[in-house]
Amino acid sequence: MLKLNEQVYDAIRRHGEETYPHECCGVLLGQSAEGVNSVEDAVRAGNTRTDSAHNRYHISPQELVKIQRQGRERGLDIVGFYHSHPDHPAQWSPTDFAEAHWLGCSYVITAVEKGAARQTNSFLLQGMTEEDKSFANEQIEVERLQVAPVEIAELEAERCR
Amino acid sequence: MNIHIPTPLRVYSDKKDTVTVDATTVGQALDALTAKHPELKKHLYSDEGKLRSFVNVYLNDEDIRYLPEKEATKVSDKDALSIIPSIAGGCSPHGHTRFAGLAVQAHAPLAQEIIDANFSRSRNE
Repeated sequence: MLKLNEQVYDAIRRHGEETYPHECCGVLLGQSAEGVNSVEDAVRAGNTRTDSAHNRYHISPQELVKIQRQGRERGLDIVGFYHSHPDHPAQWSPTDFAEAHWLGCSYVITAVEKGAARQTNSFLLQGMTEEDKSFANEQIEVERLQVAPVEIAELEAERCR
Repeated sequence: MNIHIPTPLRVYSDKKDTVTVDATTVGQALDALTAKHPELKKHLYSDEGKLRSFVNVYLNDEDIRYLPEKEATKVSDKDALSIIPSIAGGCSPHGHTRFAGLAVQAHAPLAQEIIDANFSRSRNE
């Protein structure tokens, strides 16, 4: 299962809309335990595939090293990655599978149709080795942010002004 | 020096995210790592003994493949090695029907499962 809060979930989807018609990509930092990848933060990464950014993405290893280091300083691990599929379904492609090497990590894909984020799916890269890896559908649990009653009252007052 | 292990490989490093080794070159450091944790070797190297194509090793912020002396590069205790599997992908240029067909051919049960999938939440459902 992939757990993330609404803010992170929305940020991932918004990133795909902002880079449309190109693919966006980023890294999910958090913690992994007992079959659950819990995301604390989504870090945007640059797509180095400028030659074919509408249907390919690649994160430079150097940027990944820096993101991993920043995560380590915050006590967070790399637990997954995300990217968008502009005008394509939110399903993994043969390219996604061939280029996936982070066993145990979540691969989140958002379909972006004509600039608007649609379906978001997650796939767990399971297996013990590169040779027996496979993608499995992974449930996404989005934690809704709680809004305090006083904030609701303030918003309501603002709306009535 | 410290060698940082990525999450997928920690199952082979006694769950350690960082392994400390004594070494004076990059090659020695990697040898020391696989000597301490032999199971890591087949995940890092091909049968020919070369780093697997999708495995990147960085000395601080430099890819060791592009260092003039590569694995013979000198290191000190203050340096750090990071093992970073590559990350890439993207949607097929051939469209949904074509990539679904390819997926079914290569991984029939899983692909069908994916095509039939229902997910617990999506804002636009």
